[in-house]
Amino acid sequence: MESSSPNSLAVRTENVSRHYQMGEALVRAVDGISIDIRAGEFVALLGASGSGKSSLLNLVAGLDRPTSGTVIVQGNNLAALSREALAKYRLHTVGMVFQSFNLIPSMSLLENVELPMRFAEVDRRERSTQARQSLERVGLSARLAHRPTELSGGEQQRASLARALINRPKLLLADEPTGNLDSRTGTEIMDLVRSFNHSLGMTVLMVTHELALAEKYAGRMVHLADGRLVDDRRNDDARNVSSLPASGSQKGTQ
Amino acid sequence: MKLYDVTDLAVRNLRQSVFRNSLTTIGISVGVASLVAMLSLGIGLQQRASRRLQKSGLFDTVVATSRRDLRNVRAQREDGPPPAESPALDEPARKKIEQLPGVVEASPDIRFVTEMRFDGKPHLTMVAGVPFSAKSNNDAFDGMQGSFFSSEASPEVILQKSFAEELLGMTPKPGTDNTNIAELAKPLLGKELTMRYAERTASPSASPTTTVSGDGGPSDGAAYSVVSHRQALKIVGVTDLDPDSMRGTARARVFLPLKLAQDLHVVQSGLRDTSPSDAPTYTSLSVRVGNPNQVPSVEDAIKKMGFSAFSLVDATRSVRQFFAVLDGFLAIFGSLALAVASIGIVNTLVMAILERRREIGIMKALGASDADVRGLFFAEAGAMGLVGGAVGVTLGWAIGRLINFGTNIYLERQHFPPAQIWSVPLWLVLSAIAFSIVVSLLSGLYPAARAARLDPVQALRYE
Repeated sequence: MESSSPNSLAVRTENVSRHYQMGEALVRAVDGISIDIRAGEFVALLGASGSGKSSLLNLVAGLDRPTSGTVIVQGNNLAALSREALAKYRLHTVGMVFQSFNLIPSMSLLENVELPMRFAEVDRRERSTQARQSLERVGLSARLAHRPTELSGGEQQRASLARALINRPKLLLADEPTGNLDSRTGTEIMDLVRSFNHSLGMTVLMVTHELALAEKYAGRMVHLADGRLVDDRRNDDARNVSSLPASGSQKGTQ
Repeated sequence: MKLYDVTDLAVRNLRQSVFRNSLTTIGISVGVASLVAMLSLGIGLQQRASRRLQKSGLFDTVVATSRRDLRNVRAQREDGPPPAESPALDEPARKKIEQLPGVVEASPDIRFVTEMRFDGKPHLTMVAGVPFSAKSNNDAFDGMQGSFFSSEASPEVILQKSFAEELLGMTPKPGTDNTNIAELAKPLLGKELTMRYAERTASPSASPTTTVSGDGGPSDGAAYSVVSHRQALKIVGVTDLDPDSMRGTARARVFLPLKLAQDLHVVQSGLRDTSPSDAPTYTSLSVRVGNPNQVPSVEDAIKKMGFSAFSLVDATRSVRQFFAVLDGFLAIFGSLALAVASIGIVNTLVMAILERRREIGIMKALGASDADVRGLFFAEAGAMGLVGGAVGVTLGWAIGRLINFGTNIYLERQHFPPAQIWSVPLWLVLSAIAFSIVVSLLSGLYPAARAARLDPVQALRYE
């Protein structure tokens, strides 16, 4: 696996497609997208509902397999990985944050954050220490024993971030992370994401339909429509943006 | 995932829908309980039958007979020295047989037909000596009215039911076999019988009045006289079952302590006995073997010594076969309930997949492998099997006890001695729990595979 030194390639998709058969109709959720993302970049995937941004994210996350084309993350061709190896990839290489937080309601915050380390077979004591540190980093050290339902949306999303980062992934994938939050809480979450992007040098790929949010935080904005890439540009207006160039292979067609 | 984590998460999940999982577990318990109850009755009956057969001597007795015995037809056909030249079945021979490996006891078989006087009336019957050890190893004496002989040579008798009926002048009505043994024994216990018998004594004189010399045997000049005697005997017991069941037509109906019978030196019919009375020879010996498996080797050893020997070891095989088939049938009926319960497990786990679809999706997104998810569902099925098995064994044990209790009430009403017809050995407990776990795991196969195959994208979309 490649190291994520600056300017090295974190993600490359080559003419990747994901088609679904829905009854008679063929849905081209992702339709031939090629994109390169360098290590440490903060990329926003923008587009209307059904534009294919979440489908592309799922392909990069290794949750789904492309119909054609290749997805290469940290030097691994995901299409060539077995189910077992793909699970390992999800466990160690990517961290995911969802719009609906996806914390397990029957578990406390600490247990939720520990969960990926159970799959990684980390020792119990070590697990607890790291989960506490991770929750502390997102400002939830006083909420360790609480259930997700006892917390506000912002707190849940922070816990979800702590969980995504627990196995020290190279790539953070966020699917509408602020979609269920008010704007002030959303900003708090985005500030946290950006701080991880900066302090840990973590590559961030975020799906959003809020242009303002993308403009504020993402150093690069990729627009999709009907499963195709329609625009890929650098956003130098992003506050404290990391000075990485956009390197989209397909330029906007608009 | 580590085993601890799989177990921990499985238990956590089971507690989440505790009501439904409890119902499923109760289903398994009922299945295991029916299996255990059926098998415990099967095993109990088998143990009871084997014990009865063992005590009857079918399993562990070799009968050694002297080839000199005129009644011993077998001796004519068997290889070996002709009857006249074969060794005498006397006290040294008995001791030698008793020392053979595996032999517990070799007791002389003393039986003779004689006259018993009771209430002034004569009754002709076969009388047999019973070794004192029969008190504990012949269960015909277990449910007896009265008591066993007070000592090894006490002048006491135990009567078989049919002889007791004869003494009281009762003729058993055909088709009715349920004479109350307790009422039968009441007027007889403690009463006296007078036995008339012929004693064989050494004759010191050369010309005795009633001397019988060995008929056709190698006459070494030995001879004995026959003297008529009477012996008063106290009735101490009346038994319903037949302690002499192995004897066929030579069955006795009156039993004396063996030592007493020996001391009386009664003339036994058909014996080519030429020895003086202080060195008795026996018509046959009942050789009790410790382990039924050793019966054939003991039989061979006795034959090598020049005696005839026979056992009924083959009979035991068909008895065991019968119980194997019976247990098989009982197990099949018992397993039916468990099969129904296993469908319950499948149902519960498939429901759990639907309910926890999203959770499975989350776990997969976080890096859980197919094996992790599969393991989790397996562990849940296994845990239900373990708990269901343990509860089921307890329940089955209780049901077995209840049936045993009910049966004994019935037996008591029918004037039968109480019986243990139910048995739950440790192996049954352990194998029932193991079987329950295995059945549960098999039931978990399909749900676990289905959960493991779940597409995380679909699962996460599911609200």
